[in-house]
Amino acid sequence: MPRPGFVLEVDRSTPPILFHHGEGFRLEKLPAGRSRVLYPAEPLPALRDPEGAIRHALANPMGDSEPLSALLFPGMKLTIAFDDISLPLPPMRRPDIRQRVIEQVLDLAAAAGVDDVMLIAALALHRRMTEAELRHAVGDRVYEAFAPHGLLVNHDAEDPDNLAFLGTTDQGEEVEINKRAAESDLIVYVNINLVSMDGGWKSTATGLASYRSLRHHHNVRTMRHSRSFMDRHSSELHHANWRMGKVLRDAGVKVFQIETTMNNDVFGAEGPMSVLQKREWEWSAKDRATFLAMKTGLDRLPMRARRRIFQSWLAPHQMTSVQAGEVEAVHELTTANVYAQHLVPVEGQTDILTMGLPYICPYNVNSIMNPILVMCLGLGYFFNLYKGRPPVREGGVLILSHPTTWEFHPVHHPSYIDFFEQVLSETTDPEVIERDFERSFAEDEWYRHLYRTSYAYHGVHPFYMWYWGSHALAHLGRVIIVGGDVRAVRRLGFQPASTLQDALEMASDVVGRDATITHVHNPPILMADVS
Amino acid sequence: MARASRPTKLTRKLPVNGVPLQALASMAKPSAAALVRRAPFPLRPASIPQGVEPLPPVKRTGADYDTAWARRYPARAARVLLVEGIVRPAMDVLAAPEVRGLDRLGDLEGPVIFAANHHSHVDTPLLLSVVPEPWQHHIVIGAAADYFFGTRVTATLSALVIGAIPIERTRVSRSSADEAAELIDDGWSFLIFPEGGRSPDGWGQPFRGGAAYLSARCSVPVVPIHVAGTDRILPKGKSVPKPTKTTVTFGAPLRPTDGEDSRRFAVRLEAAVAALADESRDDWYTARKRAHAGTTPPLQGPELGAWRRAWAVDDRSPKRRRQRRRWPDLG
Repeated sequence: MPRPGFVLEVDRSTPPILFHHGEGFRLEKLPAGRSRVLYPAEPLPALRDPEGAIRHALANPMGDSEPLSALLFPGMKLTIAFDDISLPLPPMRRPDIRQRVIEQVLDLAAAAGVDDVMLIAALALHRRMTEAELRHAVGDRVYEAFAPHGLLVNHDAEDPDNLAFLGTTDQGEEVEINKRAAESDLIVYVNINLVSMDGGWKSTATGLASYRSLRHHHNVRTMRHSRSFMDRHSSELHHANWRMGKVLRDAGVKVFQIETTMNNDVFGAEGPMSVLQKREWEWSAKDRATFLAMKTGLDRLPMRARRRIFQSWLAPHQMTSVQAGEVEAVHELTTANVYAQHLVPVEGQTDILTMGLPYICPYNVNSIMNPILVMCLGLGYFFNLYKGRPPVREGGVLILSHPTTWEFHPVHHPSYIDFFEQVLSETTDPEVIERDFERSFAEDEWYRHLYRTSYAYHGVHPFYMWYWGSHALAHLGRVIIVGGDVRAVRRLGFQPASTLQDALEMASDVVGRDATITHVHNPPILMADVS
Repeated sequence: MARASRPTKLTRKLPVNGVPLQALASMAKPSAAALVRRAPFPLRPASIPQGVEPLPPVKRTGADYDTAWARRYPARAARVLLVEGIVRPAMDVLAAPEVRGLDRLGDLEGPVIFAANHHSHVDTPLLLSVVPEPWQHHIVIGAAADYFFGTRVTATLSALVIGAIPIERTRVSRSSADEAAELIDDGWSFLIFPEGGRSPDGWGQPFRGGAAYLSARCSVPVVPIHVAGTDRILPKGKSVPKPTKTTVTFGAPLRPTDGEDSRRFAVRLEAAVAALADESRDDWYTARKRAHAGTTPPLQGPELGAWRRAWAVDDRSPKRRRQRRRWPDLG
């Protein structure tokens, strides 16, 4: 039986704690008596028969949905949409969950004699997936059956000929999604729920939407009112998506939702990376030797080589549940299953929250973690991994550990470069940025061209990254980055520190000398349930 | 006329002509066997006294060949070296295999039975080089007892190089099945060609029940495999291989269902391999639609005359490039 996550109170006997630090690691000694560490739960057991579980889910749907086989008929138009490269993190070993599910869906479609099938990577404003990435996600068999005929495509949120406007919500939010999906007799959405934010109506209403539609919930106001967006019932982001889901349903768009959850087996039980998944006092002699060798070696390698090593890591994640049927009924159970893996009860808030940021976030798979993505991962994703209240008090200090190099992927993140150079050099205030700069980037023809024909994130994407962190920016008194590029950290509006001790010293200016400290030992992912 | 008489003249010139056969025999050098026969006891076996019932001869070839030595560590180590050092590079050059469907084996643990169609002697080394770990070096192969274990030399080579065990194909033999079942129970995986022999004409033959029987008896899954292209490398009746690209497609593991006997399971297994063949020729989704509609082209081909079956074999392979007819350039 896997052990649940827990809170370690740091005393004098507590060993140095592992901090992820981009493509490297740090071991940091936390002050005794006023520090605690949140440890994630061990990986939940995987489904013993994933294929059987998928078959069962498709035949026994939730909510008011009929079994999938009853929804398929000859002559119908079927669209299978699936989550893009941003999930799961890190990418999983083959076979990917999406491949397992899509093959079974297609097998039922083949049995029903469905000829008109199209598969769409629901990537919203993310970059297009390459052939290798698509093959990894859906498998070679599916890729070779559909892609050569133009029936396996990346969603294009800027293709006016292939978008359908379906109406507005009661709060005036426009709903516009992929035309092929909207006009299909059935959309089967194949999802991977890495964190509780994923899935539900967000899959179709965001994944298949256009910029015109997305801007209604990807904005500063929505993000600041999502407390947090990892907790659907307290998330304005999800409320907006659910309102859009109602518009989809009322417009006759029929969705059969398939959601899967996975355990947090990120680094495996064997091999050199397994040490990262163990609690420090449980490291064996072999683990310690492995860690030292790995850290020493990585520290001596050029960044390019380190990045290649880490980006080639495929996690041994395994499926813990699969549920299918009506969107909302499915998502309720999915969320409960995600929480079973991630939630760690925490009592009270802290003055200083520390986090070691790893090498990967949803937007730099096979790419570079640029400074804007560092901000998004720290203040957007990790900060929001809470239920109830943030683990750090209002006006508290967030200390991140990451190299934060001034480096950008020129193909994937062209608009990020301009955002960093032109926008952040003038202001870091999300509201000002949204008001004065968003439109020019979002409607820039060159960025639009790169998004549609190259492998670039949409022109507006760096703005959304900044907005993800707007709740944290408003909540926190100071943000400090340990071990980061000084110029890049300052450009982000944060304070650089060389060591954790320096950062704690700097934090004392804001929260006093006896401030309490909480370190989030993430990844593997955990979510603080703060009472 | 002069040409017609030439053979007669040549025959007359041959030295053998005109020499008595007995004289020829005396001119021949004594063979090793003859030398042994001439040697005294105990260098040679003693003759059997008259009136004594001789013991029945112990047969050490065919299905009676004992292959246990080939599964001990020295032989296994030698086989790993042979497979990795010779077989795999040779297959890369000769067959350039494209391997598909390995992801279907992701959930498998423990021993399995691999069941493949059979076109050529190349099938065995090809499959040995592409079967993934953890099965690759822990596998035995069911080989025809009368063919591969006919002599001590071929039997020793078959057991050592490909890890073969003898399987009777000319009669029903419980000892072959018992040995295979014991090995599977000991954790060895098993590669078998359920057709019982190589295809004589490029089309498949009906699957026999051996793989299905072993699967039910040992409660292990059967992985269907389709091998395409080896019939062009070394078809039955040829001895010089011709390098050609091949495709090996692994299918989803199958288990006998409740109440399904070996014969029906073998039919299902054959259908699975036929579906894989269809998948390797066309795309997966089209093949699945045909499988569900019951229109998957059968492995055994049409029931036609021999020449029409031969023509149909060529039509079956759309990837095969035919020589484009070149018209002379007439300016």
